[in-house]
Amino acid sequence: MLRKISIQLSVGLCLLLTTMTAASAEKTLTLMTHDSFNISKTLVASFEKDNDVKLRFLKSGDAGAALIQAILTKDNPLADVFFGVDNTFLSRALTAGIFIPYRSPLLTTIPPSLQLDKENRLLPLSYGDVCLNYDKEWFKKNNLSPPADLIDLLKPEYKGLTVVENPATSSPGMAFLLATIGRFGADGYLDFWKNLRANDVLVASGWKDAYYGHFTSASKGNRPIVVSYASSPAAVVHYAKIPLTEAPTAAVVGDRTAFRQIEFIGILKGSKEPELAGKLIDFMLSIPVQEDIPLQMFVFPANSAARLPEVFTKHAVVPEKPAEIAPSEIEANRDKWLEAWTNAVLR
Amino acid sequence: MKPRTLLFSLPLVFLLLFYFYPLLRIVLQSFLPDGLWSPEKLENLWTSSTYWRILWFTTWQAALSTILTLLLALPGAYVFARYRFFGKNLFQALLTLPFVLPTVVTAAAFGALLGANGLVNTWLMRAFDLAGPPIRLDQTLAFFLLAHVFYNYSLVLRIVGSYWAGLDADLRAAARMLGASPGQTFFRITLPLLMPAVGSAALLVFIFCFTSFGVVLILGGPGFATLEVEIYRQAVQLYNLPMAAALSLVQIAVNFLLMWLHAKLSRKSPVAFYADTSSGTAIRPSTSWQKSLVGANLLFIFLLLVTPLLALAVRSISGEDGPTLAYYQALFRSDEDSLFFIEPIAAVANSISFALAAMVAAVALGLIASVFLASARGRSTAFWDAVIMLPLATSAVTLGFGYIISLNRPPINLRDSLALVIIAHTLVAFPFVVRCILPSLRQIPQTLREAATLLGASPLQVFRRVELPIISRAILVGAVFAFSISMGEFGASTFVTRPHTATMPVAIFRFLGQPGEMNYGQAMAMSTLLLLVTCTAFWLLARLEVRRSAPAKPLSKDMDHIS
Repeated sequence: MLRKISIQLSVGLCLLLTTMTAASAEKTLTLMTHDSFNISKTLVASFEKDNDVKLRFLKSGDAGAALIQAILTKDNPLADVFFGVDNTFLSRALTAGIFIPYRSPLLTTIPPSLQLDKENRLLPLSYGDVCLNYDKEWFKKNNLSPPADLIDLLKPEYKGLTVVENPATSSPGMAFLLATIGRFGADGYLDFWKNLRANDVLVASGWKDAYYGHFTSASKGNRPIVVSYASSPAAVVHYAKIPLTEAPTAAVVGDRTAFRQIEFIGILKGSKEPELAGKLIDFMLSIPVQEDIPLQMFVFPANSAARLPEVFTKHAVVPEKPAEIAPSEIEANRDKWLEAWTNAVLR
Repeated sequence: MKPRTLLFSLPLVFLLLFYFYPLLRIVLQSFLPDGLWSPEKLENLWTSSTYWRILWFTTWQAALSTILTLLLALPGAYVFARYRFFGKNLFQALLTLPFVLPTVVTAAAFGALLGANGLVNTWLMRAFDLAGPPIRLDQTLAFFLLAHVFYNYSLVLRIVGSYWAGLDADLRAAARMLGASPGQTFFRITLPLLMPAVGSAALLVFIFCFTSFGVVLILGGPGFATLEVEIYRQAVQLYNLPMAAALSLVQIAVNFLLMWLHAKLSRKSPVAFYADTSSGTAIRPSTSWQKSLVGANLLFIFLLLVTPLLALAVRSISGEDGPTLAYYQALFRSDEDSLFFIEPIAAVANSISFALAAMVAAVALGLIASVFLASARGRSTAFWDAVIMLPLATSAVTLGFGYIISLNRPPINLRDSLALVIIAHTLVAFPFVVRCILPSLRQIPQTLREAATLLGASPLQVFRRVELPIISRAILVGAVFAFSISMGEFGASTFVTRPHTATMPVAIFRFLGQPGEMNYGQAMAMSTLLLLVTCTAFWLLARLEVRRSAPAKPLSKDMDHIS
């Protein structure tokens, strides 16, 4: 008897769930983005009220996965606006032709060095720098001076101290590989990696694994140098249980040791609400959102008039001269470089 | 057309609509974007030896994992089939839990236990005063083989165990009476009879290990790449969709061959039998040999399967200054202002609802498909058997992409529907159920059905009153696995998950994506919550098991009554 009831209940539940869809009567604007996207609730509410629209967020995996989904659905786009194309995928995104140009009035507040698309199909929203992070405590305890340049990682006293991510499966891993290419050139980077391999570097599959699995400051691992972000020290302080005055980790920001990842936002071709989408981009580039971005996603705002929060000014550093490679060059040589790296380091 | 054949059209239509159609769309889209065929992108496939190497590696690590799991789990299956002991239900629930864990969490649990700085190593170093960690498993083959056994042990144990419990005790007794030793009985009688279930379980384990993505990547390290990883790389990193699609097809083809071969070899068991009572002939261990066998197996299960889970639970309550409930408190406290805060209750509710719905759908479809396959005669049975298993052997990336480019326009617009998540889960779960139920269904003697028909039962009544009770244990096993697959699913369904359908694995992933001790602790807390919820669900499911109303009365008593 009980079994009959429970079976009927389950079937009923099943049918109920099947008929439920996310239908809504009011206008909806959808923002498609990667999994690390975050924004404050009050800001979203204010936009929704000012424009009489419901904002919906579609998180779609990491940057590469989200972009490829956008490209695959270009005939019937999943959203109106896409945020998360970074400079390593810029060429791919623009060639696919899935964005329409939009000249936002707020473009004047953004430094020209960030505006990589002159046609404004993709507008810069934020930037972050992938670089080495080290555990200050560990280096002090072991009487070693922390690394200041990429070449330091090859020194004998740094043997077995570094963990990097696999560029094939990790976005910061890829960015670090590009940093080494920017630093040592397309002819010299393989030698650097071969030497690094000889110096017992550990390759993890992703940032989570590297940071929480092997970095001494965040786990019981034994690698005090990890590839992470220039803003990670600030994040550690921000998320610490007990308030910290000094960050336990620090970032290496010497010239051409970091790689700048600029993230772009654009209106998807085929959107049913292009004007509202434009308004959303203006909103995202405005001061309130730009000042909210640092503590939500731990990257720096593109709007140069936005003020940084205290934890950033105290604990996050911006590299002055990050390594740079043109987006078209990245797209053209990406698989060649990846294959060469895999052969040099993993096989 | 026979009614059973007609009924099979239901799972077939389901497969056609929700598997073949999306798959076809994505393969066509990949090979012919904008209608142009560009073969140079596929050049590497036959010129470079890399892909052969990857295929070879994927195959042999899957085979090795399968053999290892079988060797370790068969004694366990025997213990669970034959003996009754205190805490049996709890143990059974615990050892199915690994199935549900997302890979990242498993890696964390294993690392915490067996890593270079893990609990075991630190204890050993302190106890024996060693210089370096004696157990070095990080990024080795052994590590992810261990993880494969960890995940799949319960598969073999439950499928083979439930089948073993239903083996006709009379056959064994007859062999002993005719003078066979226990060893002879096992190798000449029991083992051949077990083959259908062993084959089923082995096939499932193989396919799982073959399509393994996270486990190999995280625990084996980037030096080991399976076909699934390569497909992801080609599609997402290198944007070489033709290559990704080609590799997917290779993966499907290889698995299809194996599944077809298995189906051809596993027709009928040599002897037909059925289980008298649903609870089987489980006895309490009495001799010291029996007791030590049971004890040794339970100890092994505890060490291999339960300790990593315990390590996880411990990690979720250990802060920097000792045990704390701070992570659990933080889970339930709404995070400042964050829009994407997933209420743990909502995540639990979502997970359970999807899992229940997927379980019901998978059991229904699986039952129908099994009935068709068991009763079908002819050469095409093996083919249909293999076809049904295809969703398990398909790359999650490919299927996920297929979903987003199809089924998004009227007349079937499922793009934002909750149903799509349930469908994705059901697609992966129902082949499972078929593999659980089919061996049991196949060995019911035809004479039993004929006897019932002769006595006046309609085909439906025959099914309900004769076949269903006999396979009820197998159905339960299938239901349990369908439920756990859905709870822990984090593959193709990531492409169809929408903001309002966040589940527990999604919540765990979100926490792990942020730096800081607090976020990591919350991820561990949510994982422990996942384990607790699933364990409770297993326990409840186990109670649904049909108990036969009363064992059949011996005939003589009735005769006495009449005369």
